Amino acid sequence: MSTFVRTAHAGQRSSVGPDTLVLGIETSCDETAAALVLGGTEVISSVVSSQIDLHADFGGVVPEIASRAHLESLNPVVARAIVEAGVDESRIDAVAATVGPGLIGALLVGVSAAKAFALAWQVPFVGVNHLEAHLYSAFLEDPTLEFPLVVLLVSGGHTMLIEMQDHGRYRLLGRTIDDAAGEAFDKVARFLDLGYPGGPAIDAAALNGDPEAIRFPRAMMDDSYDFSFSGLKTAVVNHVRKNPDVSSADVAASFQAAVVDVLVTKARRAAVAVGAKGLVLGGGVAANSLLREEILGACATDQIRGFLPSRQMCTDNAAMIAAAGWYRLGTDGPSGLDTGAYPNLRLPLIDPDAWARS
Amino acid sequence: MLVLRAPDLSATRTIAAAVAGLCRAGDMIVLAGEMGAGKTAFAGGFGRALGVTEPITSPTFTLVHSYDAPHLTLHHADLYRLERTAEVADLALGELAEFDGVVLIEWGDVIAGSLGDHLEIALRPDPEGDEGAREIEITGFGPQWAKRWDRLSAAVEEYRC
Repeated sequence: MSTFVRTAHAGQRSSVGPDTLVLGIETSCDETAAALVLGGTEVISSVVSSQIDLHADFGGVVPEIASRAHLESLNPVVARAIVEAGVDESRIDAVAATVGPGLIGALLVGVSAAKAFALAWQVPFVGVNHLEAHLYSAFLEDPTLEFPLVVLLVSGGHTMLIEMQDHGRYRLLGRTIDDAAGEAFDKVARFLDLGYPGGPAIDAAALNGDPEAIRFPRAMMDDSYDFSFSGLKTAVVNHVRKNPDVSSADVAASFQAAVVDVLVTKARRAAVAVGAKGLVLGGGVAANSLLREEILGACATDQIRGFLPSRQMCTDNAAMIAAAGWYRLGTDGPSGLDTGAYPNLRLPLIDPDAWARS
Repeated sequence: MLVLRAPDLSATRTIAAAVAGLCRAGDMIVLAGEMGAGKTAFAGGFGRALGVTEPITSPTFTLVHSYDAPHLTLHHADLYRLERTAEVADLALGELAEFDGVVLIEWGDVIAGSLGDHLEIALRPDPEGDEGAREIEITGFGPQWAKRWDRLSAAVEEYRC
């Protein structure tokens, strides 16, 4: 299962510095991406071959198509990242790739390619945890962020509230106990026939709806930092079945208001509880306009720094992989060329059992 | 076939635990039902009964989540986003079951015809009950479940219609 363990030997440790140029490769889900990042924070180029058009007909990400598409687009995407950076490939100091979590077939395309590049160019390869990389996306746009930070990571596959005490030091404050927030967006959008991807579709439909039209349940609004969105999804289905003439815009707006209410309430409480210097959003749902507005409003009231990465950095990209790879190369050294893909990889926590005990 | 009535979510979890109690490595369980039918609650009760301590979260995006339980590995798959059987073959669910695994497959009714011995669990809202009430239909396929049928019937006796 999640057996990706780094072997850090002093002799292997690579020195990284502000001049270290890392090629990042990301293929864990529906984006093939490559980027060149200098010194862990300066994005020189970042190319994402969005496959959304390819998937629109299917109402979701289709993995077989995703694997094949990764295979077809990886070399052009890497080549373009190098060309856009205006550097020769001999300038690249290391290659980083997502090793998990994600779809096994999709991950293997990126990992295999990254190892081959590293071998051919005689530079280190470093495997990167996709979740850890999301935590680093904020540093690409604002390297001055100070610890401790609370990061709200919300995407199709994950919903987590993480305390980032320092580089590589994470504590899981809470997570979803059933569905991820992004998944709820996708499933509700599909149920309402609003289209794919569901996040932007709900966001757009909600603009014309009344967020107070329907009072959908806010689950787990107790002391815990955990989330639950399965019941909300069921409540939407039940409401629409009982009220077939209800306006989709009102349902979308009321559903979105319920999700954002829970996310913001908990993130805000967590930031106060750990004495965070900043609250950072990450993951695809961080592109949601209501969530962005509410988080900034809450941070202003609480007088802490709110940081919203740009939409490009919220969604899957390879710049964050290169950034996390740069940090990991410095602390742990290169990964072996026998590194595989780890579909169920977990975020490395300083106290992995704390969450289970709470 | 067993037809059960679960008056609330906790009854759905109890029934799931009863099914889990009879499971062994190599088993495949198909969960069928519309969105909101209670597949998540069933999976949660099933995992907990096998001894999984972390929450059983939806594998819709990642397709397969695996959990180490004391005596076996639970593989929780979700075929919601898959359109063709060729894509399901890529997930190698049969191989996962072979290596000390129990495989729980949500939206798995589309491939049920290609599975060997398996248990199919269909969940739907109970029109006569409260919002959390469900009608749960359990069907066994193959000799593996025929042998365990009497024990399964006894384990869920109190919920039978």
